Amino acid sequence: MLLATYMKMEVITKMADLVKVENLSVSYKIGGGLFSQNYLKAVNNVSLSIKRGSFFGLVGESGSGKTTLGRALLNAVPISSGTAHYDDGDVSYELSTLDKAELADYRKRAQLIFQDPYAALSPRMTVRDIIAEPIEVMKLCSSREEIDNRVRTIASRCRLNLEHLRRFPHAFSGGQRQRISIARALVSDPRLVIADEAVAALDVSIQADVLNLLKTLQQDMGLTFMFISHDLSVVAHICDHVAVMYLGRLVESAPTKELFKAPKHPYTKALFSAIPSLNPDDQGTAQRLEGEIPSPTNQPSGCKFHTRCPHTIDICKKEEPILQNTDRQHEVACHRWKELFNI
Amino acid sequence: MDKLLEVKNLTLKFKTDEGLITAVEDVNFSLNRGEVMGLVGESGSGKSVTAKSLMNLNAANAIYNPESTITFNSTEQEIDVLSLKRPADLKVVRGGSVSMIFQEPMASFAPSINIGKQMIEQLQLHNDISKKRAREISIEMLDRVGISDPSQRINQYAFELSGGMRQRAMIAMALSTKPSLLIADEPTTALDVTIQAQVLDLMKDLVKDFNMSIIFITHDLGVVAQTADRVSVMYLGRIIEEGSVREVINSPKHPYTKGMIAALPRLDNLGSPLRPIPGDIPSPLERPSGCVFNTRCEELVGDKCSLNTPSFTNFGETRRVACHLYEDGSDN
Repeated sequence: MLLATYMKMEVITKMADLVKVENLSVSYKIGGGLFSQNYLKAVNNVSLSIKRGSFFGLVGESGSGKTTLGRALLNAVPISSGTAHYDDGDVSYELSTLDKAELADYRKRAQLIFQDPYAALSPRMTVRDIIAEPIEVMKLCSSREEIDNRVRTIASRCRLNLEHLRRFPHAFSGGQRQRISIARALVSDPRLVIADEAVAALDVSIQADVLNLLKTLQQDMGLTFMFISHDLSVVAHICDHVAVMYLGRLVESAPTKELFKAPKHPYTKALFSAIPSLNPDDQGTAQRLEGEIPSPTNQPSGCKFHTRCPHTIDICKKEEPILQNTDRQHEVACHRWKELFNI
Repeated sequence: MDKLLEVKNLTLKFKTDEGLITAVEDVNFSLNRGEVMGLVGESGSGKSVTAKSLMNLNAANAIYNPESTITFNSTEQEIDVLSLKRPADLKVVRGGSVSMIFQEPMASFAPSINIGKQMIEQLQLHNDISKKRAREISIEMLDRVGISDPSQRINQYAFELSGGMRQRAMIAMALSTKPSLLIADEPTTALDVTIQAQVLDLMKDLVKDFNMSIIFITHDLGVVAQTADRVSVMYLGRIIEEGSVREVINSPKHPYTKGMIAALPRLDNLGSPLRPIPGDIPSPLERPSGCVFNTRCEELVGDKCSLNTPSFTNFGETRRVACHLYEDGSDN
């Protein structure tokens, strides 16, 4: 009976949102001058929610705003408007209005894994010091012994041994370095981890290894991941839910299986069709998307995708479509998704 | 078909403070006119070093084995690339008959000179033509690679172009001297998928129009499947498998090629787990004896894997695999 109640609670906590973003925008001031009034909206009116314990994927081309959105959730860039609510069950914060003490606490709970494992690690520090640095800065441990214990525990979870901890980063391969970066990000025992192109710089065989490790760590430590990537096949394999961004907007968001089985936005379809197929017989059969992503400083009217969309009609040029729920958590922002669905 | 390029017994070591490092070992291959060859492998497999050898472009501490030969059959003459020493002689394989495009187009253009000047300069270096004619050819080439408004664009600087545009301009520049061989070193790795697809299409068209051969260096098997006729797989400086793209990707034989394909996240089997190749690529200073892959191989056939270097077993005319598994003639 007790067990049943416990399991039920477990289900409820799993279903609760860790992060709930509503109408979030991030603008950067551009152009010289103290009184410049030009802004670049890198993220524009985005709403999404990330469930506790999930692996949330964010995809899009360069310039789509995916990295900026990730940074906004880490409070690394200021949120211009809208709200981002964080609630891990122990504490809850409104990210746009954190005070100093709250921010210090939030830093422990939200961490980032970088893309380039060669640039992310200081060449002058031993692996032990690299991993220990966050807990020293955050003053999470009182004694050196405690720090060492914590470093060893997380290192072994990331498949690094004691011998590795004494060495410097240059002695490691790309895959091993990325495991060190992961250990460093996880040593403060965060709840939310933002992985920004964490496997993009790795070779395929190592990429598979790091992806499997992230998945294991997520399950063992109860982490919630936001996985930012331009590689759809990687996202398809590791994420539970995927959101697609284009020019700062969310254009489609759905559970992974649903999205890959039945993409509804023409942009998502075009992205799928652009992935080079492993089948040599497909040479030359794929549909091509014309042109490039427009500059965020000079955005098209109406639907931002209309300049490249093969299905553009008048309304697309005039009115911006809003993100609407189609079914089972599948959301899409397109005027014509219903009629185009079967194409 | 006539042979454009023949590489024989290419072995190349780098002299470093830590000793001699073998980068390429006993590499043999040839390339026909109009053929697209994919050269695939992880970082550190020696694919870029092999390609640079074709232009005699490796760093000064590179030591070629005396038996290594690279023969390039240009339309007029046979050129022994490794014997070329003077910069004037090397011109023919550096931008003349052989051109190269690199991964990062921002780093390949000089930032403070407009792209037109750079295109004209290299055209005049290789051809005896006037500046005006060189400019005309450059504008024509920019138009050919799909850059809109080329007579305006030619006066722009590299930073004014987007990533895809820059790579197109790079391709235009590389092809303006009408080379018979283009070496493309990860040309689309830094691009978004939609732009990558456009650039790959463009390259395929150009091969046909110019009757050019391409050596396509990449770690992305999907890109190879979509562009190449033939593929060579490299590991730690050796070619370990070679064949037509269809054969190698659909039925890989070498355990390394099998492992690499199994590790790929594919859209057609979303449910199945990713299978990494166990272990890491060994450091070049700790080169394994015997078969270079034996430290990570899951199909070892006994001591000979760590003792003897496997020789090639042929399957048909174009397919060969260097693995002890197949040495008794079996096809498992």
